[in-house]
Amino acid sequence: MAPRTLFDKIWDSHVVETLPDRTAILYIDRHLVHEVTSPQAFEGLRLSGRRLRHPDATIAVVDHNVPTSDRTQPIEEAESRNQIETLERNVKEFGVPYFPLLSARQGIVHVVGPEQGISLPGMTIVCGDSHTSTHGAMGALAFGIGTSEVEHVMATQTILQKPAKNMKVVVEGQVGPGVTAKDIMLAIIGHIGTAGGTGHVIEFAGSAIRELDMAGRMTLCNMSIEAGARAGLVAPDETTFEYVRGRPFAPKGEAFDEAVAYWKTLAADEGAHYDRVVEMRAEDITPVLTWGTSPETVIPVTGTVPDPAAEADAGRRAQMQRMLDYMGLKAGQKIAGTPVDVVFIGSCTNSRIEDLRSAAAIAAGRKVAAGVRAMIVPGSGIVKAQAEEEGLDKVFLEAGFEWREAGCSMCLGMNPDRLTPGQRCASTSNRNFEGRQGPGGRTHLLSPAMAAAAAVTGCLTDVRELI
Amino acid sequence: MDKFTVLSAVAAPLPEENIDTDKIIPARFLKTTKRTGLGVHAFDSMRYRADGSENPDFVLNQEPYRKAEILITYDNLGCGSSREHAPWALLDFGIRCVIAPSFADIFHNNCFKNGILPIVLPHDVCEQLMEDARMGGNARLTIDLPRQVVVRPDGTEVPFNVDPLRKKLLLEGLDDIGQTLQHEKEITIFEERRAQAQPWIPRIVLD
Ligand code: SF4
Repeated sequence: MAPRTLFDKIWDSHVVETLPDRTAILYIDRHLVHEVTSPQAFEGLRLSGRRLRHPDATIAVVDHNVPTSDRTQPIEEAESRNQIETLERNVKEFGVPYFPLLSARQGIVHVVGPEQGISLPGMTIVCGDSHTSTHGAMGALAFGIGTSEVEHVMATQTILQKPAKNMKVVVEGQVGPGVTAKDIMLAIIGHIGTAGGTGHVIEFAGSAIRELDMAGRMTLCNMSIEAGARAGLVAPDETTFEYVRGRPFAPKGEAFDEAVAYWKTLAADEGAHYDRVVEMRAEDITPVLTWGTSPETVIPVTGTVPDPAAEADAGRRAQMQRMLDYMGLKAGQKIAGTPVDVVFIGSCTNSRIEDLRSAAAIAAGRKVAAGVRAMIVPGSGIVKAQAEEEGLDKVFLEAGFEWREAGCSMCLGMNPDRLTPGQRCASTSNRNFEGRQGPGGRTHLLSPAMAAAAAVTGCLTDVRELI
Repeated sequence: MDKFTVLSAVAAPLPEENIDTDKIIPARFLKTTKRTGLGVHAFDSMRYRADGSENPDFVLNQEPYRKAEILITYDNLGCGSSREHAPWALLDFGIRCVIAPSFADIFHNNCFKNGILPIVLPHDVCEQLMEDARMGGNARLTIDLPRQVVVRPDGTEVPFNVDPLRKKLLLEGLDDIGQTLQHEKEITIFEERRAQAQPWIPRIVLD
């Protein structure tokens, strides 16, 4: 057999059948369900008299809409309440395992899956949310699907899909101080652009990637979608196996050893073909952030806002100008020193315990600047409890941060955590589109450490000055 | 799902790149639990001003484009979030066909699944079609799916590619699930084989 990539191997082992036009009926091992993209799928099943083929390969959580403040109170927003209640009715009717709002295991679906050992190496994992790519960090093929596909997976445990192309992004070397997985990923997106991975599955490789812990790898794979890719992947290795060991839904004892033996066969074969390879040096990556309303507008924190006049293409020039106007920035201005109103540390990109530790290291012994609202939203109830055990909540509270309950929160502003028009936010989330965090809100994407630095200085700041 | 065969309709030019799904339908309208009713919120931030009134400069607020069933844009249409509310909003507005030089993968997929035909044509062809569309109400484009051509107002034809399976489903107005379930036996065989080869794959059962 020809040498195969990690993606090829996972793909091949899940093809039930290939239809004449190369579309595969691809078997799905794990289906993650949340309240926003599932109601219409359950509605469809009900209308056609279908059931879930495998409720025991499915897990439901509430995350997008949930309030991140006091949860003993009823949910105020009628529509949010309606979606949550609809999910609760549906999981009961269709027998789907579910972590309810008040469960300690509740959290953002992409934090919960790996944390519970539900997402495992070599699996195919889908969810009606584009950041499903996060689970690729486990060495699983994981991608976001739309609601019709959610219904399709529920009814058939498969999905119809054509194979993607293979792309490899190699980052060799060692990153400098203050540079995190988020900076690596933003640098990659800045380099290849938001359409750089279109049609491809990106495998991240190289010594700088292998050095990352699982949280870092999840940050990387999470934002593969911002690079246009269908999914992101990191080959499973000892770091992965150690992470999985002992998780609630992971295989135990002998079954675990058997699983590891299989997982070890997944890494790409020597000489496997990639349609595209991009190489970067870790030493060239500095702490970065975005200045515009597209995730590819990445500049070093030491840099200046680019000038549209220097752009040859008229369409791009106009777009850049619009971004500048929307963001309230001027061409050529230094990005560091720009005052922020809000700091958001959370989202499926950066809300794991490692992220909170890195933010806390900067926040410790400092105070949130006057006039800045800074919030920490842990990715799950488990992350929150772990952080509290380590005393991180105290560090944050003493510094003047809000310490909140788990959920998507200000990542997309569906719950009450939203920016108001014109507010500038240093955010650890993954999207900076116009209005993403609230109508008129201005988002700068950056790492948890950089976000904490912005909170305590009141402006976008090079975190290295605070280390 | 409605069948898609030949569509002769007004086309609206929206000469922008990277129109993301947040623009097509902002997240704050995703709280519905139904598929219909999103049309009034399609392109909300471009279509309405801060006070809620219509923005007269936006193409879909102008005649004859209020009745557009075809939308033409530049590269990377539908990037961003995978929300299927984006095609639902377009469909509810009345759009049955979108034409662009390139699409984001998931959005492209989601269009087909909801009976919207996404057509990829080179940038300069999209520009030409936008020019056609700017000629106003009589300048209809015809999308002939069986023959895979776009017929311009002057009668010239622009051929396009479409995946044969997708085409069949659109022409017949068939949903994917019914299709796949014709292969249920193979799915069962696959599951049995896997249960033997990888018995360690855990089931998710809550206590
Ligand atoms: S945290 Fe943000 S990106 Fe992640 S699942 Fe929630 S809304 Fe989507």
